[in-house]
Amino acid sequence: MITVEQLNEIRKNSIPKVALRKKVFETRVPELQGDISGLLKEGNEKTYRAHILCCAGTGCKSSGSDKLREEFERVLEKYGLSDEVKIVKTGCFGLCAEGPIVVVYPEDAMYCKVGIEDVEDIVTEHIMNGRIVKRLLENYAAREKEGEITEEDLEGSTFFKKQMRIALHNCGRINPEDIEEYIAIDGYQALAKVLTQMTPDDVIKVMLDSGLRGRGGAGFPTGRKWMFAKASVSDQKYVCCNADEGDPGAFMDRSVLEGDPHEVLEAMAIAGYAIGANHGFIYVRAEYPTAVERLTIAIKQAEEYGILGDNIFGTDFSFRVELRLGAGAFVCGEETALMTSVEGHRGEPRPRPPFPAVKGLFAEPTILNNVETYANVPQIILKGADWFKAIGTEKSTGAKVFALGGKIKNTGLVEVPMGTTLREVVYDIGGGIPNGKKFKAAQTGGPSGGCIPASLIDTPIDYDSLIQIGSMMGSGGLIVMDEDTCMVDIAKFFLAFTVEESCGKCPPCRIGTKRMYDILDKITRGEGELKDIDDLYELADAIKSSALCGLGQTAPNPVLSTLRYFKDEYIAHVVDKKCPAGVCKALMQYTIDREKCIGCGKCARNCPADAISKTDYVAPGHKLPSMAIDQSKCLKCGACMEGCKFGAISKK
Amino acid sequence: MKMINLKIDGTPVTVPEGTTILEAARAAGVKIPTLCFLKDINEIGACRMCVVEIKGARALQAACVYPVSEGLEVITNSEKVRKSRKITLELILSNHDRRCLECSRSQNCELQALSKELGVNEIRFPALNEKTLLPIDDLSPSVVRDPNKCVLCRRCVSVCKNVQTVGVIDTMERGYRTVVASPFGKSLADTPCVNCGQCIAVCPTGALTEKSDKSKVWAAISDPEKYVVFQTAPAVRFSIGEAFGMPQWSPPSEDSASTRFLTPTQARTLRSWKRAPSS
Repeated sequence: MITVEQLNEIRKNSIPKVALRKKVFETRVPELQGDISGLLKEGNEKTYRAHILCCAGTGCKSSGSDKLREEFERVLEKYGLSDEVKIVKTGCFGLCAEGPIVVVYPEDAMYCKVGIEDVEDIVTEHIMNGRIVKRLLENYAAREKEGEITEEDLEGSTFFKKQMRIALHNCGRINPEDIEEYIAIDGYQALAKVLTQMTPDDVIKVMLDSGLRGRGGAGFPTGRKWMFAKASVSDQKYVCCNADEGDPGAFMDRSVLEGDPHEVLEAMAIAGYAIGANHGFIYVRAEYPTAVERLTIAIKQAEEYGILGDNIFGTDFSFRVELRLGAGAFVCGEETALMTSVEGHRGEPRPRPPFPAVKGLFAEPTILNNVETYANVPQIILKGADWFKAIGTEKSTGAKVFALGGKIKNTGLVEVPMGTTLREVVYDIGGGIPNGKKFKAAQTGGPSGGCIPASLIDTPIDYDSLIQIGSMMGSGGLIVMDEDTCMVDIAKFFLAFTVEESCGKCPPCRIGTKRMYDILDKITRGEGELKDIDDLYELADAIKSSALCGLGQTAPNPVLSTLRYFKDEYIAHVVDKKCPAGVCKALMQYTIDREKCIGCGKCARNCPADAISKTDYVAPGHKLPSMAIDQSKCLKCGACMEGCKFGAISKK
Repeated sequence: MKMINLKIDGTPVTVPEGTTILEAARAAGVKIPTLCFLKDINEIGACRMCVVEIKGARALQAACVYPVSEGLEVITNSEKVRKSRKITLELILSNHDRRCLECSRSQNCELQALSKELGVNEIRFPALNEKTLLPIDDLSPSVVRDPNKCVLCRRCVSVCKNVQTVGVIDTMERGYRTVVASPFGKSLADTPCVNCGQCIAVCPTGALTEKSDKSKVWAAISDPEKYVVFQTAPAVRFSIGEAFGMPQWSPPSEDSASTRFLTPTQARTLRSWKRAPSS
């Protein structure tokens, strides 16, 4: 057990650890305002003159950041700089498309796509000579061409300028495996404030006033959830954290867990105090090994420092957190299925009522919030409900993290105030569509959501606006599609996901989604009839109203929303037997223009199916007979077209 | 006991707190179809046949598990409800081996009865075929499992696990591939199944049936070279009845469950055999 005074003592002693990152922390840590030279000399931290922050999030790890860190260690050692420069392993910065990412402080210079060979340059140029390695700055080549480079730009990244980081505020800025760095930047102060200055009702009131809504899917007001659970009378209650992030392409929760695990632990303890629970469970996917590892370290450190355990901060409030690993079932993100799984049973939803706030985990009152929701809580407590409420829109307060994916330049994580338009997210932050293609639609809410067509690109992104246009916020996956995307194929993709992930308990979801998938498959094979579209509507309607849980009830959404905005594409597949985007293989043909073909035979050599042979036609001006494709043998792989230097082969 | 007032199809009903909509409806004489529901044994709201409309609720709710609350207004027979039940049933049937004539449960099948009741007279999806039919497990001495007739209601799972506390079957895989099976897909014969037959008793369809040895019996009876000894069920009463004060060789009454279906010839054989002196 530690007291609040001891926590403040640890904080004071740990500030030197993060002092070099003054640029990002000075607004939060008053001690860092003004001259910090004193801090760099005293305290329990060795004096460093630079920090090299290396992303160790899953994205950058897979593009080699672990090796990069070793290389930095080696090169620093070589130049005898190991005592002057500290390498800090951090969580995700968000700009995953440009990884591995390295940020050097005190300048806050962000280097992208850093290769092993660049390490020497960064050390000799930046660290030793104080010259920023411009060629490695984000999007440098393009910006230089446009003459945009200013001294200011060199230091920060344009990617972050339109963002507002709340849930992600520590990601990429601290070492997630060091509780002292977290404490140094106000970590666990919110918990201290709650335990020593607020009653549970005060906490719930702040949460209600803040207007915070669940970031994991349905957007239920967090304060109300806590209020219901507090009102339930029981000796034992539970606080659960949903870290079973499963939407295709969404990874904001993973990022928070990997980059700022203590934030979640602190929020869970606050929730425990508010509802009267002394035990928490984090249900995290086993496919997130780095998140699991960092959470395990964080829980261990918090226990060692006496922040989790009995009589926290000398009060009679005790709280412990346990991890439960999910085996990778999407349905376990549904609250009752998650609890069933934590209890050790097959992860399947159970009927509500009773609602978890009354009878949840182990039949006791339980609250479940997702990782991103929790990541907002400590700041709301510290800065107040009014601060949070002022961000975003009236009914959707705060900011939301989106995982940008698909046909967009800057794939990665962005956090923007609620109410930001889709256009701003896609073009201003996401950098637009690559290869000069046109924006066609964006899918939000993953397999439970829907698509937003180009005509609605100026829709503000908030809970209610998205519902209104037939999509939903979901956990914040945002998949961008360009003109080469077939919307029937996209609907089929999401439905295939739901068919795969249905738990199998109720027939509407188990069989209904499969039947809808079969119909879509039939349509993309060119065998659809108009009646199939009616059947899709009828099945979608039935599944939405009768499935047992939220997963089933929302499963038809991708089909309904593509039907709503792109019905002409369905009709084109069914009636004209054409795929306008040229994606559905059964509906397109590769043909050789015999006037353009010079008869070199490269296509025939490339063809894996022996579908191409010589004809007896020699085009005027050519010496060899042209080639032709036997459509009955063609696999539509496109190898012929890729290899043809004369543009004689086309896809229709 | 606290009483709750609610309306079912516009009729006021008063029932004790904790009652489900299904029970309240039954008490009020309103019939709601069910399939997976088995009172006290399987109350999981899985099959969605008993869905009803509840005023104020977005989705339909399963009547079998929904607890009543004061002022609840339930509609059990709206167009939406009827359509939903029918499509759900159609979906279940789309994944069901529909060769009813060859099924031992024909005319004694809850699924068949439901189809008749809900008027399913056309199934728009193709029937299961050789490629989609799953293998039948008939290796156990007494229970035959045909997954193609299983509707995944899980009554058998519940009775095996919770009532008999044996637990040799459960759901495996997920989504469309979900099946009720034994661990690691083993045959029931290779599990500690006690052959109690409770799973068969609760199965609404022909997915779980008793293994029939009728043809073997007939072959034995027809064999002129063979002496045939009958042991009829309930075997205990017949074979060790004297230990409980019944006369030796006490025959089961001719209208007892075990002898009711004997043909006159069989009954005669049985009587003559019982009269035979002990050796």
